Amino acid sequence: MAEIVVRLGGQAGDGIASIGELVARSFSRMGLHVFGVNAYQSVIRGGHVWFGARASDQRVYSQGDGSDLLFALDRQTFDVHAPGIRPGGTVVYDAEKFAIAENEFPVGVRGLNVPTLQIARKYTSASILQNAPGLGATSFLAGIPLDVLLQGLSDSFGKKAGDVANWNLGAAREGYEFAAKNGSVHPSAPTARGPSKLLMTGNQAFALGAAAAGCKFLAQYPMTPASSVMHWMAAHSHDIGVVVKQAEDELAAINMAIGASFGGVRSMTATSGGGFALMVEALGMAGMTETPVVVVEAQRAGPSTGLPTKTEQGDLNMMLGAGQGEFPRAILAPSNAAEAYRAAVRAFELAEAWQIPVLIASDFHLSESLMTVDREEIDLNVPIPSLETVAPNGHDYKRYQLTPSGVSPRALPGQVGLQFVAGSDEHDEKGHLISDIHSGIPVWVTLRQEMMDKRMRKLHGVVASADPPILEGPTASELTFVAWGSTVGAVRDAMRLLAAQGRATNLLWFPTVYPLDADRVRAAIEKATRTLLVEANYSGQFGRLLRAETGVHLAEHLFKYDGEPFGPHEIVARALEVMHRGG
Amino acid sequence: MAGSTGTPRVAATTGPALPVVGKTEIRPTWCPGCGDFGVVAAVEGALKRLAIPSHNVVIVSGIGCSSNLPHFLSSYGFHGIHGRVLPVAEGIRWANHGLTVIGTGGDGDGFGIGAGHFVHAMRRNVDLTYVTMDNQIYGLTTGQASPTSTMGQKTKTTPEGVIENPLDPIALALASGATYVARGFSGDVKQLTDLVAGGIQHHGFSFVDVFSPCVTYNKLNTFDFFRQRVYKLESAGHDPTNLVAAWQRSLEWGDKIPIGLFYRTERPTYEDLEEVLAAGPLVHQATGLRGREKILDEFV
Repeated sequence: MAEIVVRLGGQAGDGIASIGELVARSFSRMGLHVFGVNAYQSVIRGGHVWFGARASDQRVYSQGDGSDLLFALDRQTFDVHAPGIRPGGTVVYDAEKFAIAENEFPVGVRGLNVPTLQIARKYTSASILQNAPGLGATSFLAGIPLDVLLQGLSDSFGKKAGDVANWNLGAAREGYEFAAKNGSVHPSAPTARGPSKLLMTGNQAFALGAAAAGCKFLAQYPMTPASSVMHWMAAHSHDIGVVVKQAEDELAAINMAIGASFGGVRSMTATSGGGFALMVEALGMAGMTETPVVVVEAQRAGPSTGLPTKTEQGDLNMMLGAGQGEFPRAILAPSNAAEAYRAAVRAFELAEAWQIPVLIASDFHLSESLMTVDREEIDLNVPIPSLETVAPNGHDYKRYQLTPSGVSPRALPGQVGLQFVAGSDEHDEKGHLISDIHSGIPVWVTLRQEMMDKRMRKLHGVVASADPPILEGPTASELTFVAWGSTVGAVRDAMRLLAAQGRATNLLWFPTVYPLDADRVRAAIEKATRTLLVEANYSGQFGRLLRAETGVHLAEHLFKYDGEPFGPHEIVARALEVMHRGG
Repeated sequence: MAGSTGTPRVAATTGPALPVVGKTEIRPTWCPGCGDFGVVAAVEGALKRLAIPSHNVVIVSGIGCSSNLPHFLSSYGFHGIHGRVLPVAEGIRWANHGLTVIGTGGDGDGFGIGAGHFVHAMRRNVDLTYVTMDNQIYGLTTGQASPTSTMGQKTKTTPEGVIENPLDPIALALASGATYVARGFSGDVKQLTDLVAGGIQHHGFSFVDVFSPCVTYNKLNTFDFFRQRVYKLESAGHDPTNLVAAWQRSLEWGDKIPIGLFYRTERPTYEDLEEVLAAGPLVHQATGLRGREKILDEFV
């Protein structure tokens, strides 16, 4: 497995995300597997931001650990990232901007002093152009062919060709040629193979999957790290016929989505934890009125405003418990872009089939990281059934008819003769309130219970039709990882590292974290030699859910809540510890 | 307009004249003499007069005594949660702008917990009609002060009297860009029916605030209180196309209180300006990305 990790860092406003994405895209166009992380702070200018692009000829599921190449636009980037550079690595920098003494480089790491400012000045006095020679030099060292780099750079300027694009292309080429003369391609750089892959963020995959699943309406309020769901959908709104509404707040966003769904179109909203907290009451309204709605909850490190640009899986308890009273829901938890696409499709299918709210638990790491996807993994031919399932039967139509599955025939406004009122109050089969003059009267007391039973028994069907837990890796293993959501990625990488050490491990992960088939989950866990629960939160929220649902307590765990995503090595270290101790 | 490529999921309705909105078998649970009876009568009367088929009408409400209204009429209804009448109604309009959408609720629902949505729905000029049954008190929760309660009024939560200035819904609507701003009185169902019908016909956001006395918990703003004070704008030579005049009338309070149409203007609606809706109601449009593989090229 040939693998290289490139990091580029500087201050917010330096254009790090742009050149980082260019490197990631170049790798992707070479047919390599890529995982790109965009690490930034809640500031628009200044501070320290960096982008990490990991590329390999094998699948990569996380950002990896450390780096092989570092392009440092400022001294802070060197100070922060130098300790993580592996032997054989190179630091690209410009001594005209800041000096690095020979003895400051980590062992086995060398510097390549590229005259980025000098090259840039040949074209313009604008300081932003200094990125281009550095990008060129770094690309050479990373084994990216010059034509791939220049094509990517050219594409990034789109139709805005002109002086700026030409300056960048020229300066990048000079940087590339400088590195070719004064350095050498990193020995672990993978070479091009196969056709170009698709490169997308989790949020883009959610938006694409939603559109493919027939979503026609998205209402959302800006909040990192969910905003780019709306950005993608808004950019494509006219082309794909999706109404995108930036609402006045999250209360409006979810209520609009529920209204649109009641009106007959597949609808969604996306937000982060703080916004989701505001949506909670309406989520219950969707449950009570049995109106399908899809909510992407891209978690960030909490509590409260927390760390807006950092990751965590700390909102599971909220997603599980959101809403007063009890109503059925499903929570899906994809771990990468391909799964995110599929989760979006599944969410709409489940929401409509069971007339329930469906949550997709994402987080900063999944929502904003760039991941390669094979074209074959994105099937745009999603079957979308007709909604006209109810024949008019005049007076006898019961929108909330008691049925064995709990699902009642749904009518849409505009359909003749099926008028009903969707009530957030408890109601009878026709939707008539039983909250006022009927409540507490024996026959209605019984009906209230029947209505609750009707709604709640949908969960049986949801369990049967949602994606079950998946056991990945060898059946015979020393240890079974238990994980959900974006954390699954780093675990997959850790398993490969362990396998290279001759340690067989496998992974039980949960595309659907709720509802769970308790017997099946218990059986899977009981088969494990030993388990290691890995979650990005303080209290092991998923472990608690598993314990509540199955009675099984996963004693060994690795919890992380520093805002950073898991790296494979810390999981490997903890797994070895558990295996050695466990006997 | 490229749009999606799949087939529509719901066909448009065509056919002969269909029943208009009438009463349902559900009897209002309001207190005898409640102002809201006049409002439901006016909404029913307006829909009948305009002969809009009942299956093409959705009445959306929130929480409070007044918000039970959708249950009493034979249209589609959505009886949601407190304060969220307008976002639900907007979502329904955008899903299917072939529908007549009417929001109903109270002063607490619309001007207290839902105030944020009120101003935004008006500035975006969504084509729906919003009727508030403004009784200047919280009735269903048994008599607390509301955003429109009178300064000094004693309620359960203000035993020494309200010390907040009441919100002026008419002035707020004018400031927020509503394109049809009216005030009715449930003691005058005939005029109120005209105002609601005018609102439904109006192309844009129509706001009808209704003095709808709570006969149980508001002993100050009673039917008699209003009967002694209200006068009709249309009889007073008010020009409803004059925004400055509308502002002046909205400030009148005390011995003489105007009811009628304050202001009306034409402005493109949100639905007019949302290009995706130019292809027809969203619910009747094609869905999905079948055959749209080219869209993946941007990710290369």
